[in-house]
Amino acid sequence: MPQTLYDKLWQSHVVRTEADGTALLYIDRHLVHEVTSPQAFEGLKLAGRKPWRISSIVATADHNTPTDHWERGIEDPVSRQQVETLDANIREVGALAYFPFKDARQGIVHVVGPENGATLPGMTVVCGDSHTSTHGAFACLAHGIGTSEVEHVMATQCLLQKKMKSMLVRVEGKVGAGVTAKDIVLAIIGKIGTAGGTGYAIEFGGSAIRALSMEGRMTVCNMAIEAGARVGFVAVDDTTIAYLKDRPFSPKGEVWDRAVAYWRTLVSDADAAFDAVIDLDASQIKPQVTWGTSPEMVVAIDGQVPAPEDFADPVKREGVERALQYMGLTPRTPIKHIRVDQVFIGSCTNSRIEDLREAASIAKGRQKASNVRRVLVVPGSGLVKKQAEAEGLDKVFVAAGFEWREPGCSMCLAMNADRLEPGERCASTSNRNFEGRQGNGGRTHLVSPAMAAAAAIAGHFADVRDIL
Amino acid sequence: MRAFTALDGLVAPLDRANVDTDAIIPKQFLKSIKRSGFGPNAFDEWRYLDHGEPGMDNSKRPLNPDFVLNQPRYQGAAILLTRDNFGCGSSREHAPWALEDYGFRALVGTSFADIFYNNSFKNGLLPIKLPAAEIDELFAQVAITPGYRLRIDLAAQTVTRPDGKMLSFDIDPFRKECLLNGWDDIGLTLRHADAIREFEAKRRIEQPWLFN
Repeated sequence: MPQTLYDKLWQSHVVRTEADGTALLYIDRHLVHEVTSPQAFEGLKLAGRKPWRISSIVATADHNTPTDHWERGIEDPVSRQQVETLDANIREVGALAYFPFKDARQGIVHVVGPENGATLPGMTVVCGDSHTSTHGAFACLAHGIGTSEVEHVMATQCLLQKKMKSMLVRVEGKVGAGVTAKDIVLAIIGKIGTAGGTGYAIEFGGSAIRALSMEGRMTVCNMAIEAGARVGFVAVDDTTIAYLKDRPFSPKGEVWDRAVAYWRTLVSDADAAFDAVIDLDASQIKPQVTWGTSPEMVVAIDGQVPAPEDFADPVKREGVERALQYMGLTPRTPIKHIRVDQVFIGSCTNSRIEDLREAASIAKGRQKASNVRRVLVVPGSGLVKKQAEAEGLDKVFVAAGFEWREPGCSMCLAMNADRLEPGERCASTSNRNFEGRQGNGGRTHLVSPAMAAAAAIAGHFADVRDIL
Repeated sequence: MRAFTALDGLVAPLDRANVDTDAIIPKQFLKSIKRSGFGPNAFDEWRYLDHGEPGMDNSKRPLNPDFVLNQPRYQGAAILLTRDNFGCGSSREHAPWALEDYGFRALVGTSFADIFYNNSFKNGLLPIKLPAAEIDELFAQVAITPGYRLRIDLAAQTVTRPDGKMLSFDIDPFRKECLLNGWDDIGLTLRHADAIREFEAKRRIEQPWLFN
């Protein structure tokens, strides 16, 4: 019987199955960061248990770390304690690799894993972080877990899981100039909604997905969770294999050849059946901007803020009213008329080298608008930062009046000092526009790196296609 | 894990869709390295008029009188009535920890985000999915009935309304069994340690690159 990629990933990890289909799934890679792990390490210790396989663990500190003045250390004592707790736990327990605060390879866990070759096709990858779906770009079965499950994986190298339904999101055709992976995934979320993928594992396919770089595919898979799906992935092809060659933890020599032969099988069979199929025409996708407090509240740059009466469902209508009030927006305002106070370029969605190149190409030779208080550019990792500096991107940003920072999660969730003030409006390349996400009372509009840079220059949302 | 068998509890209605885990427990409280004490900060940004930070004396903070959980009639609620896609967003288990610590033992709604749904079971917090029409009726009944309570029987998979109408819900048999008995997942899984070791040994031969 023809199999989907999900069938293959699932089947190859089942240790045993309960009568109701609940399976014990073997976990290959466990990514660990400081926020969701302390209680798991403590639980393990209290029960007198040891980690099952230390070599599955790759750890880094990212959520709490500051993005400037590293010489001062972590000034917030509560944040510092959490990072020091991770240091102590990894020191005691061990790991395949640990990239602590200030390490040359430290960074956002979902950037660090792939760039070091610690994320390989066919793996199950888990992390106490919902954006673990990012790793699906490598044809991994990758998803976020809670802290109890972090402890469960440490103790048993397995997770209790029920097989999800399968969804194929097929994006065919060619996107226009200035339209990026971020716009593709925002358009998908706009179409199916933030609960559209609940209960599904999403395979992203079609010629527009195939045409994306690994960085672009990571952006798309990253936001599967914003479409409600814990898991999103892309089949293996030449792009996948070329990216992985010679990464620090990628296999080498004869083992590499064996691995590649296996990885080539990680595609859905031609006649495989999905529980749901969604089709998008890439040529119709325009640069996207969210206007509300849920990622599904999204329109194209040439659109306008909707009105509550556009929505028939009363619960939805009320949600729109509440979002408009929180966002301080009037119905029918053209998106291009919305002015921004801050711009954030970073996060596990858009902080890789390609994202920074994209933003720099817009910023080059231009200046931040005077009404924009601050533009933060936060690379995803120390390695991304180094690469960007080698290409001179940092100089482009600084010349444009942007701030070039140290790597970390930063203002995506504002656990460190980078945040919006109440009422401030931000063009952000991150993944969530929830109330208070980037700071209490802050107003977030999700966009691509190019669109964020364009907003920084114009002082309001602008169509990047007019600037190119 | 705390067992859940049956519950007769006061119902509080939270009538909005897509309640995300950032709303349930804002990020500044995630800096804690403990798994308890999150209840006073559940729904912090909606519940209080000022901005909350870890270490504040929450009993002295100004409450938002418009937030539903602050209304006198819902004090002591053990069941939260919710709408679509409750618990969406981040995987933070601090969300069910906060709800449980606040005093909720069950959630009743149309749909829950996958990771949140899973996390709830690990903490003896029972998320119950019911059809939209039944949820609409529950919201309508709660609104006009002070002291509105529901009886939940996990073994029978039923929710009973004060008017006697019984609603049935689905739940995976394995989850149900674990929750009824309060079993520790890890202990349960470790009973299969030999099977895991065998699987791992085979994998090590077939895909050695996974074990460097």
